[in-house]
Amino acid sequence: MSRQAPHSTSLSGLTPDAQGALERAGLSRRAFLQGAGVLIVSFSALGKAATAGAQLFGARSTPGAPSPDQLDSWIAIAADGRVTAYTGKSEIGQGISTAQMQLVAEELCVPFDNVHLIYCETPITPDEGVTSGSQSHPTNFNHRNLAQAAATARETLMQLGSRHLGVPAASLVARDGAIHIKNQPAKKVGYGTLIGGKHFDLHVDPHAKRKPASEWTILGTPAKQPDLPAIVTGQFEFVHNVRLPGMLHGEVVRPPEVGATVIGVDEGSVSGMPGVVKVVVRKNFVGVVAQKPWQAIQAAKKLKVRWSPGKGLPPQANYYEHLRNQKPTRDSLSVDSKDVPEKLAAAATVLKATYYYPYQMHGSMGTSCAVADVRGNHATIYSPTQGVWPLRGSLAMLLGLDQENVKVLFRRGAGCYGLNGADAVSYDAAILSQAVGKPVRVQLSRKDEMAWENFGYAFVMDERAGLDAHGNIVAWEHEAWFPVHGSRPGYDTPGNVITGALVGFQSRPFEPRSPAPEPRRFENHDNSVPSYCAGKVGDKSEGTGTIESERVLIHTVPSPFFTGPLRSPARLQNTFAHESFMDELAAQAKVDPVAFRLRHLSFPRLRDVVTAAAGAAKCDARPSPKPDLQKTGVASGRGMACVAYEGGNGYTAVVAEVAVDQDSGRIVVKRFVVSIDVGPISNPDGLKNQMEGGALQGMSRVLGEEVTWDDRKVTSIDWATYHTQFLGIEVPQVDVVLLNRPDDAATGAGETSITVVAAAIGNAVFDATGARLREAPFTSDRVKAALKLRA
Amino acid sequence: MSSITLKVNGTTHTFDLDPSTPLLYALSDELGLRGPKFGCGLGECGACTVIVNGEATRSCVTPLQLVHGAEITTLEGIGTIEKPHPLQKAFIEEQAAQCGFCINAVIMTAKALLDTNPKASDEEIREAMSNVLCRCFTHVRMMRAIHRARREMAG
Ligand code: FES
Ligand code: FES
Repeated sequence: MSRQAPHSTSLSGLTPDAQGALERAGLSRRAFLQGAGVLIVSFSALGKAATAGAQLFGARSTPGAPSPDQLDSWIAIAADGRVTAYTGKSEIGQGISTAQMQLVAEELCVPFDNVHLIYCETPITPDEGVTSGSQSHPTNFNHRNLAQAAATARETLMQLGSRHLGVPAASLVARDGAIHIKNQPAKKVGYGTLIGGKHFDLHVDPHAKRKPASEWTILGTPAKQPDLPAIVTGQFEFVHNVRLPGMLHGEVVRPPEVGATVIGVDEGSVSGMPGVVKVVVRKNFVGVVAQKPWQAIQAAKKLKVRWSPGKGLPPQANYYEHLRNQKPTRDSLSVDSKDVPEKLAAAATVLKATYYYPYQMHGSMGTSCAVADVRGNHATIYSPTQGVWPLRGSLAMLLGLDQENVKVLFRRGAGCYGLNGADAVSYDAAILSQAVGKPVRVQLSRKDEMAWENFGYAFVMDERAGLDAHGNIVAWEHEAWFPVHGSRPGYDTPGNVITGALVGFQSRPFEPRSPAPEPRRFENHDNSVPSYCAGKVGDKSEGTGTIESERVLIHTVPSPFFTGPLRSPARLQNTFAHESFMDELAAQAKVDPVAFRLRHLSFPRLRDVVTAAAGAAKCDARPSPKPDLQKTGVASGRGMACVAYEGGNGYTAVVAEVAVDQDSGRIVVKRFVVSIDVGPISNPDGLKNQMEGGALQGMSRVLGEEVTWDDRKVTSIDWATYHTQFLGIEVPQVDVVLLNRPDDAATGAGETSITVVAAAIGNAVFDATGARLREAPFTSDRVKAALKLRA
Repeated sequence: MSSITLKVNGTTHTFDLDPSTPLLYALSDELGLRGPKFGCGLGECGACTVIVNGEATRSCVTPLQLVHGAEITTLEGIGTIEKPHPLQKAFIEEQAAQCGFCINAVIMTAKALLDTNPKASDEEIREAMSNVLCRCFTHVRMMRAIHRARREMAG
């Protein structure tokens, strides 16, 4: 057994809610691990070889972590038959906890309500890295992780049942948490009787048979979010609600300008203020700890800190030029058929366009919050991070502790969409707690959250393509520039987010590289290659399209702001350019944009979502813009966009229907029709929810969201200065068409629909008005300017 | 410090706090309530909404001294898991949440509206929601849930 020691101490750090959850699950983890005196040692006698070294994808064998190849790391069955599953993928509002519960219930043949899921607590859940990039479904459904563990458990229970009932396994069936004799429904033995409260003590069997989708009864049906009743009644414990005995409150004091450093801190300026416990300074990190939150806020406001001037910021007005002209760059070539110049020279028409996408922020509804308890050489941190294991590593560095002594317990925060302040605030709380030797809770102010988070990338994108005399695309070239600084801290780079940098850690270094090396294999994780290209590297074409003359070159440059993987990072920006440009090409060829797409797509799954969305939207086949344009008043139109997300991790197409007020420049989206193929669908309602949310979030991003700054600091620091869409907007109708592919592998879903809406809306505006929008966000000023440019 | 009395979800509490302390902190830190939340601290998002003497109020910008003696209802005061308020029930039925952090903002704002105007028009609902935020963009389902609750509350 690999996991005795850490647990007994870990439980003492649990909040009453967490304890309660364990108890509701019918067992305490400690009781389970320590009290299970009876180890089943006779499995090999049953012919169930404890397969060593199962190949596990994405799960690591991390010191101090439950070993991912042990079945007991994933599944525990209590004496009453209830199942607890442990997973390293966290719930961040994307519905993965529901889907994982369905998965366990399905593979183990137990009712959905009998499954309790514990996610992302370093002492007790396996290390599955980070919850991000639409990877959770693939990781836990396709590979040998949670799904394979549940299947192993079911097969093991069948064998135990066979022995118990004295009947060969072939005449048994697993159903509703019991092993039944086929045709004798009364003869059965429950899982609790077979293994309740004991270890399996087996490796996860990579050959355990997964249930085919055709036999699913729980997966594939709508399942309700298990936490929702507690959330809507105000009972649910978000990380913001974690309260520990003796807990104090911290407030950080961030630099007034980007790059400002501490010259001096006058602690006397807050001495005698009610409740103030300590002023904490560590290099450029400054914070105040007080008895009560309001006291900490007041003291942080009053604290006199002398800062050096910042290092200055490039003017926003011509930032895109600055981006394009920065040197040195780091260059990557995704494809290069080498013949693009000659094909373009021979083309009947060559089209060029440049697209612009701004920095945007995660802008979570709740500011980031964490509670840390650092005493002596032990630390426990309650955090909404998307990666508890990486955070454990980087926190240990930051605190100077041995990482085996650091526990990170995930608690749900507000929706994050990538990398909000969750990791930074976990550092903040830990630093302050270490300084006072007591538990400290920190929740960032709105401004501190927004001014210092890791923004989504700004992008400049040049598109160029040639058409032959029949209107077929003969060559396509894409060149883009985007800025990076920091990112997820990972296991060892705390300087990738603000707090780590303030205390003196370096962020991931920028490594210039030019020219780009030749691509060695085709990869389209960033969707830098348009879907219509063949994606030929070496002698294999692994793209989704037909265009063989292709070149895609991406440059990264250093960013003045921290950047991070905001939902659909780079994929959304590249797709905005590709799908808008595809529309321009279709218009140039005077072909219906749906038909024009299909003409250049070879991959059936992508073709199918395009056809499905266009069909459901009842798009009439005709070129854009629509005939008989009116140049004043409100004009309406429709636009399409599609993507093979990450080149093949989910397929989606969307049709947007918009109304454009040509006098005010205001765009109102009336309807989205989204089609989606994510392989076998685990939870149809959850998938719809994600598609709707993604479409509307994408709409908000393209219609209004933009980080702003002056010569020294970020100026979009609240909801008055960062323009999002509130609930009172005219909400578009969203129709979702689900294409179920039960026999294919599961793909991601969470970042699909958001990737395509920007282009679909821009294309719909073009359809309605004949004006092309190439710079996001589509503010009314930009719309009016584009309308003026119309021929 | 001075002592402020509030009636919260039917129970009277006395607080010894700086009277400039926003109501939110009294509720979430002194009483440990989990409904009202800190979203912006600026009155811009609605996360901290509670009902004070019948009106939806942003507790993050409401100093305690202004609400001395007031009657306050929070999300936990309008229904329970066993006996949810029609709005709470509608949000479960419509599965109208992603992260759920904004639920308090949306339900409490809608409740204050429907209590005073049970037949609120779609336009009036939109108006009431015009500065309530959901950053997961669960707009479609949330509006559907509010409409469902309105039907149920109207009988
Ligand atoms: S937290 Fe009060 S309005 Fe945002
Ligand atoms: S559900 Fe996440 S903010 Fe609304």
